[in-house]
Amino acid sequence: MAVTNPKYDICDALLAAYKAPVGAKWAMDARNAASTNLRRMGAPVKRDEYWKYTNPAGLTALPAPTAGLFDADEMPMFTSIDRLKMVFIDGVFDAEQSDDLTLAGVEIETLSEALSKDIHWAKDMFGVLEANGQTPVNRPLAALNTAVAQEGFVIRATGNSPMPISMQYLHTSENSDAMVHHVIKVDAGASLTVLENGPGAARFNSVMEVDVADGAEFHHVRTQGRDHERRTATHLFGRLGAESIFRSFTMTVNGVLIRNECVLEFTGDDAKATIGGASAGDGPGFHHDDTVFVTHDALNCESRQVFKKVLRNGATGVFQGKILVKNGAQKTDGYQISQGLLLDDNSNFFAKPELEIYADDVICSHGSTVGAIDENALFYMLTRGVPKAQAQDMLILAFLSEAIDEIDNDALSQDIHDRLSQWMERRRS
Amino acid sequence: MLEIKNLQVGLEEEDKQILKGVDMNIGEGEVHAIMGPNGSGKSTMSYVLAGKNGYEVTDGSATLNGVDLLDMDPEERAAAGLFLAFQYPVEIPGVGNMTFLRTAVNAQRKARGEDELSAGEFLKVVRAKAKALKIDADMLKRPVNVGFSGGEKKRNEILQMAMLEPKMCVLDETDSGLDVDAMKLVAEGVNALRDGKRSFLVITHYQRLLDHIKPDVVHIMADGKIIKSGGPELALEVENNGYADLLAEVA
Repeated sequence: MAVTNPKYDICDALLAAYKAPVGAKWAMDARNAASTNLRRMGAPVKRDEYWKYTNPAGLTALPAPTAGLFDADEMPMFTSIDRLKMVFIDGVFDAEQSDDLTLAGVEIETLSEALSKDIHWAKDMFGVLEANGQTPVNRPLAALNTAVAQEGFVIRATGNSPMPISMQYLHTSENSDAMVHHVIKVDAGASLTVLENGPGAARFNSVMEVDVADGAEFHHVRTQGRDHERRTATHLFGRLGAESIFRSFTMTVNGVLIRNECVLEFTGDDAKATIGGASAGDGPGFHHDDTVFVTHDALNCESRQVFKKVLRNGATGVFQGKILVKNGAQKTDGYQISQGLLLDDNSNFFAKPELEIYADDVICSHGSTVGAIDENALFYMLTRGVPKAQAQDMLILAFLSEAIDEIDNDALSQDIHDRLSQWMERRRS
Repeated sequence: MLEIKNLQVGLEEEDKQILKGVDMNIGEGEVHAIMGPNGSGKSTMSYVLAGKNGYEVTDGSATLNGVDLLDMDPEERAAAGLFLAFQYPVEIPGVGNMTFLRTAVNAQRKARGEDELSAGEFLKVVRAKAKALKIDADMLKRPVNVGFSGGEKKRNEILQMAMLEPKMCVLDETDSGLDVDAMKLVAEGVNALRDGKRSFLVITHYQRLLDHIKPDVVHIMADGKIIKSGGPELALEVENNGYADLLAEVA
């Protein structure tokens, strides 16, 4: 008698629901490999160790749960800086609203264009970084994305990009279910900044594979807000060459279910990476999960993970962060901090920091704290006449700032700061 | 200005009475000093006046220009013109000193129905006042009190006081942890604010501070009560003889 297992039932249903587009043979091979891989591991379920604190049901349900449209009472971000704008409506690229896709030192193609060519450099990247990131921990939603995603861009920076590429994800349909897959290659010595902004869709599954070659720099700043009901799963896979720099920061405000995974691997010596996140959640309907896996497989590399969450009225925050230092990866400097600021007794913060070290000459430190607003600081501010709600917001912002400060660009971090203050101010009024 | 009548205060968490009926009347422009042995309730009084949690007023009243202070939230007391210079100023990582000052000044102006100061106007005023207190631009930029020395923290308190222009200033052991020069600087800052209208309540252990900030009235507090009040000579008496004689006198 056949026994059904929800992992595989859900997996089959998902693969049946989305159609893989036709492309070149190498692309189809990559997609088929991802489907096979997904069938092997099955869909994520609450029982999985890696999903212990986050119930993935909303990310795998069919049809996708709907998400009401949020009053569009705020402007998209990063509008004040020079940038190349790409607009996606519910996960579908909209050329009309986007800038002309030409940028000095950068080659930009749509995913479908690139994947239809018989010979393309993306062959060595599309689904490859994602597949590498599947061990030792399964990331089935990323495999699903590789198998079927049709939207996204294949970007190659051959020089120093004169301005950031800004991806703006607009959400206009209550039942949109979107998948986006970007492949980004930063050539040796080149640099590129990618900005992502907006909720994406009612349900949004995004994968970004980034290869940062020797001496190259990749900067990534992302904001996810301010919709209430949206569900989002993102995967950022990074491969770092020697002396390269990788920095990623994400700000999240509200959202029913957000899981941001970041999987990095140091393959060349003397590289540096920072992954940061600041999130603010309000209400029992907020669940935010940062899951990070950093593998050190080279000499003298430095990684930082800095995550801060402010939670109130029954909101939940999760952090699962791992540093794996492989045998021989001497002089590794790994740092990890995750902190939850709980504004009341109903909110929750779960943290699972992990270190696994097979080299004997490394510095690795990690910390995790959960606390409330500092009452002494609050009282001090009140005695100077600052109203309580405002004083509290200043302390919250100060707490989140330590993560925002990880952004290596003053204009961008100021933008994030300003947006957070506006959100808080509006919340008070 | 500040009228305290039969103020009785206990701790919320435990059954302990700290103030056992304090009476004090500080007139406009007057400087009063409170001295007293450790544990007599001096700091508690400053906290209760400022509105700190954890204390329960069981009897009595405190009014500022006739308005009930004890009924107000701490920020309302500040807007009404009360200022407490902390014995231990609090460090606030991540909040810039200047931002904090400007937020406080403008919040109070707003609460009083006055126009907020623009960044330019504010900067001009704060620079002049900071200079007099030997507070440099770097201290203004740093997070509130973070990494400040003891003297810098106290000078920062006086700067806040100068910027907020309160009617009634309570200084809780502002001299503690200061060397002679720093104390002089702080005292000068306080004296600069004496304009015949603004009133001060100076809590201190030592007569030394009162050489620099000349009080009109000196109160001796012991075991939650004012046991003796008098002129500046009372502080000298304490300095020379300690509290033992005074305590014996009352007992």
